[in-house]
Amino acid sequence: MSYARNLRCRECGRDYPLAALHVCEYCFGPLEAVYDDEAIRAAVSREAIAARPATLWRYREFLPCEADSAVDIGAGFTPLLHARNLGKALGLPRLYLKNDTANPTWSFKDRVVAVASSRARELGFEKLACASTGNLANSVSAHAAAAGMEAVVVIPHDLEAGKVLGSSIYNPTLVKVRGNYDAVNRLCAELAGSRNWAFVNVNVRPYYAEGSKTLGFEVAEQLGWRAPDHCVAPIASGSLFVKIRKGLDEFARAGLIDAPRTRMSGAQAAGCSPVATAWAEGSMNFRPQRPDTIAKSLAIGNPADGFYSLVQLRDTDGACASVTDEEIVAGMRLLAETEGVFAETAGGVTVAGVKQLAERGRIDPDELVVAFITGAGFKTAEAVAGGLAPALEIDATVDSFEAAYGPPAEEVPA
Amino acid sequence: MAVRRLRFTFPQDLIKEPVIYLIGRQFELVTNIRMADVDERTGWVVLELEGEPDEIARGVAWAESRGVRVDPVTGDVVEG
Repeated sequence: MSYARNLRCRECGRDYPLAALHVCEYCFGPLEAVYDDEAIRAAVSREAIAARPATLWRYREFLPCEADSAVDIGAGFTPLLHARNLGKALGLPRLYLKNDTANPTWSFKDRVVAVASSRARELGFEKLACASTGNLANSVSAHAAAAGMEAVVVIPHDLEAGKVLGSSIYNPTLVKVRGNYDAVNRLCAELAGSRNWAFVNVNVRPYYAEGSKTLGFEVAEQLGWRAPDHCVAPIASGSLFVKIRKGLDEFARAGLIDAPRTRMSGAQAAGCSPVATAWAEGSMNFRPQRPDTIAKSLAIGNPADGFYSLVQLRDTDGACASVTDEEIVAGMRLLAETEGVFAETAGGVTVAGVKQLAERGRIDPDELVVAFITGAGFKTAEAVAGGLAPALEIDATVDSFEAAYGPPAEEVPA
Repeated sequence: MAVRRLRFTFPQDLIKEPVIYLIGRQFELVTNIRMADVDERTGWVVLELEGEPDEIARGVAWAESRGVRVDPVTGDVVEG
């Protein structure tokens, strides 16, 4: 059963029922699910969780919907890899990767949409909707298909082909909008306000956002029931960034791990860096930006949780990196060439961000660091396709092979 | 009639201009300031605009043409 009790405004603390609400009527602060912590503490144990299926629903007590009737396409419990080669390259011997490319639609968005779609169905919605630069669209389309719900997915007209196909295959109503980023954003805000649909990241956002906590839960469990010393995650809306830490804190309150002292650092693309820019200026007020970066999955110029990201950076002694498009591509290649993980551009931002923060001494080499790789590389193949080593093209003869590759070694293996 | 909640962000050169007064005078819109933070360098105002949807759109377009950045109050709706 779910132990969610109500929604609460993060700013003024007013309580609201567990309905399709996302913003406080009085102060416009965001609403967040709150739980019966004591009941959760009494109900959970490491052993019970460890015995459950390897999906995010193993953390059912901490989620704001009923797990038994959830929309479950297998999201979550992705690998945590000790990145020895990448760690060696960056001078971080205790570097781990949380590989969320291994989700059903190949990005971390499956976590948030699993929860949002489950709660939307509980609330009686028949249509699941989103406005997305790709990953969210893919996940909404897939979960709606599995839930027997209609999907309405709005995307900018110039998305990468892989991200468009990754939605189309599930047969949603796919709407490509002509116009710049601001125009798409404004249209979607109007649609969200005027249709009785479950817009996953708008009117059911308090439930949606809770899905990201499961990254914190999994990392703690996979490290042997302990919090990492330092997390580095990409910042788009900022929701993922703040919820990872919320997950660690909730695990501690439930008695599953010791109180975390985890430092939280972020990474943004220089072409869309409202949080990183404010952080570099020492300000807690970010200025919205017009995105211009190849990291389209992070291209949110006016992040809903931008302020809370800055608060978390400050309160946990974190830091925020800002990396160029060239550094993003280099980060994608470094990750692939050292660890065999092909990430999309957001993963390049994370790896380049870890590199930058390590070089600047903002990550201690002794720290156990977890870097969050949030989406798979085939979605943004265009970003790296032009710069890779070409194949050796040969005729079907040994001579031709040797001419291209080189002669055989002196000893031929048995 | 419709009500839109929007965040107006003012650049430094517009701080002294009565943009909110003018938007209420030049368009059939009722303005209601709900939150604000303005200093000598920059400022933002969370504004409720009440009026016909087309009139709200015209008022917002005018404010943007003056250099004001106008965003949904809850942040961007488009996500990754």
